[in-house]
Parts: sequence; C-alpha cells; structure tokens
Amino acid sequence: MRRSTRRRLQIWALNLGVVVVAAVLVLLADWGRIHENFWSDDGVALSGGNWGDLITIGAVNTIKYTAIAFAGGLALGLALALLRLSPVATLRWLATVYIEFFRGLPALIVIVFMGFGLPIAFQWRPPGGLVGAGLIALIMVAGAYMAETLRAGIQAVPKGQTEAARSLGMGSIATTTRVVLPQAFRIVIPPLTNEFVLLIKDTALLSVIGATFDQRELTTIARDFQSSGVSAGTATSLVQAALLYLVITLPLTQLVSWLERRQRKASR
Amino acid sequence: MTATVLGPNGEPAPAIDVRGLHKSYGHHEVLKGIDFFVDAGQVVCVIGPSGSGKSTLLRCVNRLEEPTSGKVLVEGIDICDPDTDLDDVRSRIGMVFQQFNLFPHLSVLKNLTLAQRTVRGRSKDEAVEVARHNLARVGLSDKEAAYPAHLSGGQQQRVAIARALSMNPDMMLFDEPTSALDPELVGDVLAVMKELATEGMTMMVVTHEMGFAREVGDKLVFMDGGVVVEEGRPAEVLGNPQHQRTQAFLSKVL
Repeated sequence: MRRSTRRRLQIWALNLGVVVVAAVLVLLADWGRIHENFWSDDGVALSGGNWGDLITIGAVNTIKYTAIAFAGGLALGLALALLRLSPVATLRWLATVYIEFFRGLPALIVIVFMGFGLPIAFQWRPPGGLVGAGLIALIMVAGAYMAETLRAGIQAVPKGQTEAARSLGMGSIATTTRVVLPQAFRIVIPPLTNEFVLLIKDTALLSVIGATFDQRELTTIARDFQSSGVSAGTATSLVQAALLYLVITLPLTQLVSWLERRQRKASR
Repeated sequence: MTATVLGPNGEPAPAIDVRGLHKSYGHHEVLKGIDFFVDAGQVVCVIGPSGSGKSTLLRCVNRLEEPTSGKVLVEGIDICDPDTDLDDVRSRIGMVFQQFNLFPHLSVLKNLTLAQRTVRGRSKDEAVEVARHNLARVGLSDKEAAYPAHLSGGQQQRVAIARALSMNPDMMLFDEPTSALDPELVGDVLAVMKELATEGMTMMVVTHEMGFAREVGDKLVFMDGGVVVEEGRPAEVLGNPQHQRTQAFLSKVL
C-alpha cells in the first residue's frame, strides 16, 4: 500500500470513530432530562425570563470588573516588573516575594480574605463594598502574573537598545519609557490578551462574596436564578451564562491568535 | 565643531585620554593597562584580533563598560568621577555600534529626534530640522518616514551615524561599524565616515578595514591580548610593523 493511501485510510478511520462515539452518546443520552435540567422545558430559556438581568446587569458588570482588574493589574504588574529588574537587591527581593506569594495562592482564597478577613481584622471598609474588596484581590493576583509577563517582555528587548539610548545621553527613566517599554509591550501583547481572557473568567469568583442587586456579575446572577425565577431548580441559567461568557471571550481568543500571527510575520 | 578644551592646568586636553586602564570580567582580564589618547580633530583607528580588547576599550570611553581601574578622561573630564554628569558627557560622544541598534519602533526621523528632544531639550521643529540636515549628510533624505526594518544594513548604519551626529557631538566612537554589513554595502558607510573625517570630526574607530585606516587615519593602534602592542602612523604600522605580533596579524588580514 502506498504511504499516502495508508495515511488517507487512517484519517477516514479516525473520522468514522468520532462519528460512532458521537452517535452512541446521542442515542444513550436522556434528552428529556437534559432539556429539563439545562434548558428548562417551558421555553423561557429562549424568550425573556433570565436574559434581561443576565445581559444588562451580569454581562455589563463582568466586562466592567474585568476592565478594572486588568487596568489595575497591569499598573501593579508594571511596577513589580520594574522592581524585579531594579539594581537594588532589597527591591528585587520584595517584588520576588510578592509575586511568588500571590502566584502561589488560589484567587478564590485571596478574594475571601480581602472580603471578610481584612475588614474584620483592621476595621476596614473596602471602597465599593465586598465587590470592591474582591476587585482589589483580583488586581493583587493579576498583578503578580502580569509582572512576570512584563519582566519577560522587558528582558526580551535587546541590550543594544538600552546601550544606544544611554550612549545618546538619555537617562535611565527616558530610556525605559521611550525605548524599552514601547518595545516590551509590543512583545507581550499576545500573552497579555491571554491574561485578559483568564481574568474575564476569574471575575466569576466574585460570586462567592455578596453583591448588591446591581453589582452582580454573570455567575452571581446565574446562581441566583437557580433558586428563584422561571427556571429555578434547574441549571438553565448557568448554561445561559456560559453562552454569554463565550460571546465575550471567543472574539478575544481569536484576537490573540491574530495578534500572534501578525507578530510572527513582523518579526525579523 | 572640535572645540579646544583646556585641561585642569590650562593645557589643551586630548579629546580622549585613557591612562592605565584595566578591565576584568571576574578573573578574566580583558584590558591589562592601556594608555591611549585621541587628540581633538584626530582620527585614530584601533585594529587587532578578536578578543584583543579593542571594543572593550572603546566601550570604556563612554562607560558602557565600567573600568576596573585606571582613568578615562574625556575632554579633561574624569568619566568615573561620581560628580561627573555621565549623561551630559555621553551626549557629546556619538557612538555607532556594529549592530546599528536603531530603535525599531520608531521611524527614521523619530530615531534622530528622540534624544535631541529628551536630552538636548530642543523644540520639535528644531530637532526635525537638525535631523533632516544630518539625513542629507548621509544621503538618506528620502528615508525619513521609513522604519529601520525596511532599510538595508548599510542604510541602517548610515541612519545610526546621522542619529549620533544629530546630537552635535564633539567626537565619534565607531565600534566595528561595517563588520555586520554585506560586502557591497561597506563602501557607502566608509564614504560617510571619510567625509566626517575630512570635516575635522574627532574619531575613534575600531575596525577591520585596513584600507580605511591607511587612507583616513592619523594614527593606528594595534592591540593584542589586552595591551597596546604597537602604534604609529598608519602607513608605517601597516607597511613596516616593528613587533612580531603585529607582523603575524597583518600577514593574515592584508
């Protein structure tokens, strides 16, 4: 048998296998119960009902919280990255400890700690209530991750760039802000976009602490609709929220791969 | 352009005055006591095998490399003195690198105006005017909107020279400026450098271009193993080398 023929047969066998497995799953599934549990049976899943709050409050807040956490995390991450590259050993050490600490903790625990632990311990009222405390926690964790991304980007800028700027008499601040950082940011756009997508999903963790009616993000609202409203007692609202998350994240993940393709083409 | 600068005792100080310079990386000693000077208006070429320390010597002149011991005086100013404004001294020393080191995120014009604006504090109009004047000097007036990635190596190096010149430096350091170029592009860069020399620019050139050294240089310095082995008028050093190590090196490259 020729090699190309054998290869074509292998691909056919694989495709056939996938179809058979899918068919078996479809036949075995209890469609009635799936419909009842995940797409509640009286048709509310498509018309009215949960969608209003999920979109106008939930999706809007999810995007808003992601933007806040990303902007804050980016600023914090940049400061930490510059500290990690500082010539002063104490500053480097402080930044390293912070980064390792917050990268090693689940974001969920940091959120609970900021929301409930610190306010009790220090009589502290976080701005924006519990959601505000949760957002600060997300910023602290995101900052630790972005610091490492940014540090890698800064270090990827060739040393000759700094030397050229310094040889022209530019000081270290001008060299960093005008020569190194613009190039570093270009390098880290794909990984940073990736972290933006991760952050969208991390805002769901805010559902573990309380929020006022208008402060709720997608997951909080979806969980509220599990116990009240037209689809109470089913997971319908979670499926709806999942669809909304995909509507937000899919364009972004496409954007990441487009950016990566463009960068590959532009790199010399 | 070559202002006469007086030393501390009123005598004219050399543009570059290196005394007893040592440089080590850990236990590896790259420069083993170098005495070296360039007078204002002179073109001094430094040759030698790779690893001889010639680039390190050049990089010590604007303190891109930190001297381990010894003195480096630029126009009479000790660049290792903590009271010296190093950025100010550097802004008066143009430097051209083997790898060009243009800023890839900026257009050619912005490459030339950035330091003028941030270091010299020139207005945008003034900086652009100076930049265009220097682009014309290197024959690249039509490339001001281009980005470095779209230029040939020879064009990039000429832009790098124009960038250094836009600071109106008192002297220029060239660190193997043609070593990364395709052979057919070397001539354009050397022509620009020759033009600079005839205009009276003080130049220190680390190079492998013996023809340039012979034709343009006022002095030729041969380095090997971290020391200056021989120096003198280029025609004499190249034509009648006194030292056996110089003879061995020249017999290989000429």
